[in-house]
Amino acid sequence: MRLDGVSGATRARPDGPLKLAVPQGALFEGTLDLLDRIGAETEGLRGESRALVFAAEGLVLVTMRPSDVPTYVEAGAADVGITGKDVLLEQRDRAVYELLDLRYGACRMVLAGRKEDESLGEAERRLGAMRIATKYPRTAERYFLQTGRQAEVIEVKGSVELAPIVGLADGIVDLVDTGRTLAENELEVREEIARCTARLVANRVAHKLRAAEVDALAERLREASSR
Amino acid sequence: MTHRIPPGTRDILPDEMRELRRLQAGLAEAFERFGYGEVATPTIEYHDVLARGDARGAPAAYRFFDEAGELLAMRSDMTIPIARLVATRFAGAKPPFRFSYIGNAYRAVRPQRGQMREFTQAGVELIGAEAPEGTAEVVEVLSAALDAAGLTRAVIGLGDADLYRQLLDELGVADDRRRRILEVFAAHDLVGLEAEVGELEIEAGERETLLRLPSLRGGPEVLDRAHELGGRAVERATHRLASTYRALVGRGVAERVSLDLGLLRDLGYYTGAILEVYDPALGHLLGGGGRYDELMGRFGRPLPAAGFALYLERVHIAQAEEERLGADS
Repeated sequence: MRLDGVSGATRARPDGPLKLAVPQGALFEGTLDLLDRIGAETEGLRGESRALVFAAEGLVLVTMRPSDVPTYVEAGAADVGITGKDVLLEQRDRAVYELLDLRYGACRMVLAGRKEDESLGEAERRLGAMRIATKYPRTAERYFLQTGRQAEVIEVKGSVELAPIVGLADGIVDLVDTGRTLAENELEVREEIARCTARLVANRVAHKLRAAEVDALAERLREASSR
Repeated sequence: MTHRIPPGTRDILPDEMRELRRLQAGLAEAFERFGYGEVATPTIEYHDVLARGDARGAPAAYRFFDEAGELLAMRSDMTIPIARLVATRFAGAKPPFRFSYIGNAYRAVRPQRGQMREFTQAGVELIGAEAPEGTAEVVEVLSAALDAAGLTRAVIGLGDADLYRQLLDELGVADDRRRRILEVFAAHDLVGLEAEVGELEIEAGERETLLRLPSLRGGPEVLDRAHELGGRAVERATHRLASTYRALVGRGVAERVSLDLGLLRDLGYYTGAILEVYDPALGHLLGGGGRYDELMGRFGRPLPAAGFALYLERVHIAQAEEERLGADS
């Protein structure tokens, strides 16, 4: 539908290059590789440099913990960001736009229990609730609610595999990559809760006011990540 | 000795208050110029009256009993109280009604910058004027209010609350699937949307339409692109939006309006046009609004209606940020 009398110019407001929140940790290498593939120069972030903010071709890269990415992006301190689906599941109340599945960093959110040990089921049957240790308390609580079971969710910050070994919990909800850590601690996957990969997220206002730039970046990342 | 106040509330001291009062005066003057007389309503209302406006009860986060055992609630916006006021106090009067307000409202949010549990809203309600002209008038007043606040870079996003629902209906997507699609859409989860739409048994072109439409935003060219996408179903769904845009062009306020086919407000009473307000200096919305043609009917006085509310504290933060950015460059 053609509307005459108005310029069709884009309303994106240029305020310098887009700021992209880059996750440190497990997704760091994959993120830099992907950025290299779209032609953003990430050499400076790979070295020994301690710099947290780095100007790359047409982007400002800001490095941070993956779990901080939704915080920065929601507030608009970063326009766009990359983080794991596990983080987004845990921080569902953060109002960010989830734009794209970047496909790398694949792992699974699982419920695991001790090998050849029925304490998970026994606890539920005889004591009315399973005790579950996790770094993802909200994801775990939502999962047990959705599957109609009662669980006492215990939040821990460090190695969650320790909890069932010493009897803090009957099982764990955790992110599993190869499953080696589980196996080494005599744990096994009982149920899969979600499959998680790296995701591109955007600030709500940046997604509107810098639509052309955000869409162009998403399109380049989509192409590069499906190669 | 220090004493606490509840989370999400705050004290305002003279320096800030002077600036807030100046901002309020500018907004009030703009509202008055367009013939919107200021009203005030009680901060507390009967819960059943608020729930009549939004049956899901979302508006009332703070509830308590009075001495007679009646359930009271703190208002969570001014739209429902003003709908109540119009139905009650102007029962015999001839519409349209134009009212403005600057008042506090309450929501149980997680407190953070510019998002408090007690906050001030400044806005207008136009009751008894139909789309598209009524909507366009509200946008014109909103634009004048943003100018009065000095936010010349602020942008008004205009979408349609029913557009995507209507498109799903046109494509025969029903029941559980429809609910799940609207859920991921409302959560701004485009990855989830792609997965849900991918499972639909519809033509490839229709799937493309459902996926691409929510990302269309910008000037009037957006309507052309929507049209290219979807043929008749999209044309019918975007018809209202196009006529509103034409009315805005007629009033000369289309320049700061960005059309956005991805807007879907979660407040229960919106129908048709929805508005969001952004400023490049702030990562949060400055305000929002739209049409709620069915709300007055729930209060026994069916009248078309539209309005907007600005979050006063966020507008103030945006002013300060714009000043800072201006000083930097």
